[in-house]
Amino acid sequence: MSASRTGRTPGRGGAAGGGPRGPVPSSRERILGRVRAALADVPSDEPAVRAPGRGFADSHAAGPTLDVFEDRLRDYKAQVRRVPADRVAAEVAAALDRRGAQRVVAPPGVPDAWFDGAAAERLPDSREEPLSVGDLNGVDGVVTGCSVAIAETGTIVLDGSPDQGRRAITLVPDYHLCVVRAEQVVDGVPQAVRLLDPARPLTWISGPSATSDIELNRVEGVHGPRTLEVLLVEAAP
Amino acid sequence: MSATFLGIPPFPEAARAAVDDSRTRHNLRRATHTIRDKRASVVGELNDDWQLLRAEGAAVKEHTLRHLDRYLEQLEESVTRAGGRVHWAADAEEANAIVTRLVKATGETDVVKVKSMATQEIELNNALAEAGITAYETDLAELIVQLGDDLPSHILVPAIHLGRAQIREIFLDQMAEWGTPAPPGLTDDPRALAEAARLHLRERFLRTRTAISGANFAVADSGTLVVLESEGNGRMCLTLPQTLISVVGIEKIVPTWSDLEVFMQLLPRSSTGERMNPYTSTWTGVTPGDGPQEFHLVLLDNGRTDVLADTVGRQALRCIRCSACLNTCPVYERTGGHAYGSVYPGPIGAILTPQLRGMSSAVDEALPYASSLCGACYEVCPVAIDIPEVLVHLREEVSAGRGHLGEKALMAGAEAVFSSSRALGAAQRAAGLGRNLVPGHLPGTAGEWTDTRDVPDVPAESFRSWWNKRGKGQR
Ligand code: SF4
Repeated sequence: MSASRTGRTPGRGGAAGGGPRGPVPSSRERILGRVRAALADVPSDEPAVRAPGRGFADSHAAGPTLDVFEDRLRDYKAQVRRVPADRVAAEVAAALDRRGAQRVVAPPGVPDAWFDGAAAERLPDSREEPLSVGDLNGVDGVVTGCSVAIAETGTIVLDGSPDQGRRAITLVPDYHLCVVRAEQVVDGVPQAVRLLDPARPLTWISGPSATSDIELNRVEGVHGPRTLEVLLVEAAP
Repeated sequence: MSATFLGIPPFPEAARAAVDDSRTRHNLRRATHTIRDKRASVVGELNDDWQLLRAEGAAVKEHTLRHLDRYLEQLEESVTRAGGRVHWAADAEEANAIVTRLVKATGETDVVKVKSMATQEIELNNALAEAGITAYETDLAELIVQLGDDLPSHILVPAIHLGRAQIREIFLDQMAEWGTPAPPGLTDDPRALAEAARLHLRERFLRTRTAISGANFAVADSGTLVVLESEGNGRMCLTLPQTLISVVGIEKIVPTWSDLEVFMQLLPRSSTGERMNPYTSTWTGVTPGDGPQEFHLVLLDNGRTDVLADTVGRQALRCIRCSACLNTCPVYERTGGHAYGSVYPGPIGAILTPQLRGMSSAVDEALPYASSLCGACYEVCPVAIDIPEVLVHLREEVSAGRGHLGEKALMAGAEAVFSSSRALGAAQRAAGLGRNLVPGHLPGTAGEWTDTRDVPDVPAESFRSWWNKRGKGQR
């Protein structure tokens, strides 16, 4: 039942759309009125809620999840290493070393254990005590976890949880080291969407920053981190 | 003051000028063929599922449009609940006034911008400039267009008509006037050009406190805005400033978060031909301590409700601006984007612009004829917009509005130009796929759709022969 075109008044009044002074701005009613007039052909009993048709596949994976994930990451020029759980600290240290990173930012939820053995200095950052953008511009990299990863598209998703931090910290530094646990990797996009909470600010990352604006060729490295390195952590053998 | 489409001649004239510019044609042809091949390959990876996704994408959008009032109210409520402020703009003038007022309230005179079709459509940058506010475009192609005082010619890659050598010249000549100059000794290697853009904009990103964006999707149930991008300029604008103002057409709504299961597959593969674009940002209102602390959503009508009122033309509002129809269109490939006289070029522009602007000028009336009705655009469209059907519908409207004499004049004019242009003539002489003139199909079961990987880039019938038949049939 389409209750929406019966001309009821909005319940929320001006709190939603008002300018500094006004209650309900007139353009709101004008636009909604025009929309309703434009839809005169829609039967009033047409259901206004639609049951989604989800006949499509959850994934189109072409092999074992982690293999596909690794392959797709490489395809979009991310660096990947598969590491056993008991070697995370060693691999973090080695990666930062290779990079020559001396000062790296890490959000509060990143375990101290990941930095065991790292020569680099760990700079804290949190919503409560953020580094300035200038400071972030001066660090050598950032280390985070992730919330979900998608094998088929080579995507990692950050949701601002304590081990992923504010969005700015994974954006301004030029190097991002992301630790992904094997069980966080799903095969396809629909599965990831179901796991994600839209109330959180999400960043989907598929490879390093890139542009296709010059003759439509993908070139890596514009404004976001130009190097993305993923440590894919599997259970220790 | 930046360039504007005002004064661009009607399509046939503009097209004739454009097809003569061989460098533009060369750039365009190369670029559209590159992207076409990439798209075909990543769409092919999904096999039969592509058509199921396409059917669902079309159905979700169609449903949303048919209940748009309800979803607009729901979106307003969700965004407001999450700490955003919602504004309604009936037309371009009102949207520009709202954004100008909001920027002025921040006390800033510089804003950074993420590429947005809606703000191009309302010529926001000009309005801001009149109010003493400088808008800095940050998307690489937009930056090129802005620095070169040029016009966008493609939805996704507004500088698609420019090659690397031209881009290098623009950077060397213009960057210093807008901020950090181009590095001396800049080459035309795309890597070097991208690096120059990074350097040019870095400081600006770090210090600008107000940003303006559009959105690819606005999710009604969660109040979430979604922006897909590649370079990270979007993330910079959406994350670092204190205030974010997003100008979003009322047709950008999808009902539920779960609808992104569909669109996050359809859009990247259709637009850049990637499995996924490098960066997607989603935000819901304001997150304390993370990102902009003030968020304004400006909902833009500007003719969209007129499009909505046309039961045939309405489907144009399903468009997710992927640009696949441009890349596959034989007419676009030969004329380029500027000939369409609007920020929306190509097949989608030919049906959207005249409807948005109300067919009020010679340009708008000529646009429905900017097609050979070959149907390639429909085949690649991820939301199955039957562009040829709308074109034919609009042609009927043009001729009805003009009367018999007017129609004859229109036909003669269009034919003269289309058939005298060597390039267009060649396109139309090529063999076609024998498509029906007036497509009788509507988005239906997936099985009706042909394999999109083998779309011919030539019309089913020449413009001239179609024209002749149509004319004879009517007399
Ligand atoms: S009309 Fe379809 S193919 Fe063209 S830009 Fe819009 S969604 Fe893409």
